[in-house]
Amino acid sequence: MKLARLAGATALAAAAMAGSAMAEGETVCLITKTDTNPFFVKMKEGATAKAEELGMTLKAFAGKVDGDHETQVQAIETCILDGAKGILLTASDTSSIVPAVKQARDAGVLVIALDTPLEPIDSADATFATDNFLAGLLIGQWAKATLGDAANDAKIATLDLAVSQPTVDVLRNQGFLQGFGVDLADPNVIGDEDDPRLVGSDVTAGNEEGGRRAMENLLAKDPTINVVHTINEPAAAGAYEALKAIGRENDVLIVSVDGGCPGVQNVADGVIGATSQQYPLLMASLGVEAVKKWADEGVKPENTPGKDFFDTGVALVTDKAADGVESISVKEGMDLCWG
Amino acid sequence: MSDTSRRSDDFEAAAQGSPEQIAEFDDHHRGFVGTVQHFLHVNPSLVPLIVLVAAIVIFGVLLGSKFFSPFALTLILQQVQIVGIVAAAQSLVILTAGIDLSVGAIMVMSSVVMGQFTFRYGLPPSVSIICGLFVGTAIGAVNGYLVSRIKLPPFIVTLGMWQIVLAANFLYSQNETIRSQEIEEHASILQLFGAKFNVGGAVFTVGVIFMLVLILVLSYALRHTAWGRHVYAVGDDPEAAELSGVNVHRTLMSVYMLSGLICAFAGWALIGRIGSVSPTSGQLANIESITAVVIGGISLFGGRGSILGSLFGALIVGVFTLGLRLLGADAQWTFLLIGILIIAAVAVDQWIRKVAA
Repeated sequence: MKLARLAGATALAAAAMAGSAMAEGETVCLITKTDTNPFFVKMKEGATAKAEELGMTLKAFAGKVDGDHETQVQAIETCILDGAKGILLTASDTSSIVPAVKQARDAGVLVIALDTPLEPIDSADATFATDNFLAGLLIGQWAKATLGDAANDAKIATLDLAVSQPTVDVLRNQGFLQGFGVDLADPNVIGDEDDPRLVGSDVTAGNEEGGRRAMENLLAKDPTINVVHTINEPAAAGAYEALKAIGRENDVLIVSVDGGCPGVQNVADGVIGATSQQYPLLMASLGVEAVKKWADEGVKPENTPGKDFFDTGVALVTDKAADGVESISVKEGMDLCWG
Repeated sequence: MSDTSRRSDDFEAAAQGSPEQIAEFDDHHRGFVGTVQHFLHVNPSLVPLIVLVAAIVIFGVLLGSKFFSPFALTLILQQVQIVGIVAAAQSLVILTAGIDLSVGAIMVMSSVVMGQFTFRYGLPPSVSIICGLFVGTAIGAVNGYLVSRIKLPPFIVTLGMWQIVLAANFLYSQNETIRSQEIEEHASILQLFGAKFNVGGAVFTVGVIFMLVLILVLSYALRHTAWGRHVYAVGDDPEAAELSGVNVHRTLMSVYMLSGLICAFAGWALIGRIGSVSPTSGQLANIESITAVVIGGISLFGGRGSILGSLFGALIVGVFTLGLRLLGADAQWTFLLIGILIIAAVAVDQWIRKVAA
């Protein structure tokens, strides 16, 4: 008797819960590379706020570490099973994820790549991202304009991300070099340029430790380096420590990309000359809106005219504006920063 | 009947024609290879030292003064200081036939505690440092307790602890980086290990000196104190050690707690090296320290090897990394060569082990 009542109550509770889940509206999935990187933390914040506003349910997944492809595939499978309307994805492995993405799209799920384009880029229904090449181009142009005539005999080091040369790494590096006026050779490869001003490049894993070590290695190669491109601001902070250790922190120009709050503060303090800022919160909230539109009207998002993705914008942050290069002040950058 | 009795009397017949010599030791006729083998057995840090010197000579010849200068050679010391300190902790644990996969996590956690206690709660930096050192030691104590009292395998315990501490590190720090400039202004003692001084072109940091002193002290303690002999004995055979009066529990606790404390010091040194307090640092320190220990000739099966070897192991990795980068080689070549070194080191260890002690 008791047991039957208990079973009945449980069934009722389950039905009630199912009912409330229905009332929550459509599900949208967010799958990021990690849930520890401030960039992705901000992305999740943006997506959560927008989903709440639109009456949708957000389910967030993340790999355990950057490069954890397996967990991302599991997350996609879970979202398909869950009947999600759309998946917002920052892929750890841009080509190996494609079959899983195809499976989702075949099941009628809208897949939007955030921040990191897939390979090929049209494997996703849309890509909402920073124009990383433009981000690099802006800091390259700024560095060239700031140096003036000295740019002709600059000694350049590039501190990149990883030996595997992921797309974001290549785009920022090559954008910077083009902005600085270096002949790119193959624009898809880092390190094949033969400009005598290039001292070399090394990898940093995008953190302070890697930035310091890479900078030390390149300074050992040529201690007269005076322009440094860094993949992101933590790497730039590490590079600065290496320069400080040999007393050259004031005569080397460091430029970077990202726009995180500690990074923008470093621009204010003169650690970094200029940084290109990207907008993860915007990427995520626009992504959620697009999924809502797909759910309601069956309309897929369109690309920014002239580009093969939807450009979520980038702005150069510096207090030393250079002629001919558009930029925003550190104060404006601080208002828009993340992390 | 008589036939069978005659045969049964003839037991010794089967032994006829076999050597009549009795068993004896013939240590004195080892030959050249045997002598080398024996010598290496007695001095386990010699192999990595030879490899280290050879690597320095080869890169010195290839690169000249760019590599073979006081500046470049001390730069290698600076680059390996963190791994060197952590490898000292790792060596102690591996000598007891254990392994510590949580070293990097303990290091990062301790550095985050030192930073956040100072900037979030406004504690004096010196107090925060003591708190950080305490946290490291406490995590080591939990590892030690689970290994020695609950008898869980060290691999499992520290595998779990690695994830627990790393997750706690991210949750607690809220993934927040404390910038170098702030630390320099308000809590410069946190960057103490980064302070440097010049000796004729060579640049040393407090962190480098700390690493060298730590390894010398531990090396002395392991060779010349009762505690050191207990560590080796526990690693070689815990039952035999117990029977001969060694307190295995206390020895293991001391090793894991000391390991945690050393990792906390590594966390302090890390702040000195990278300037800031970043929760994303040091995630590969466990693998890097095990690499240094293995290349340094400490046996993963415990009870054998010298802690000085771990320093040489870390330095070998540092020499290859800088040398190959100066030669302009792709970074992948470094990983490839280090992989070969690891396997070669274990092969040499197995070969040396064939000698009776």
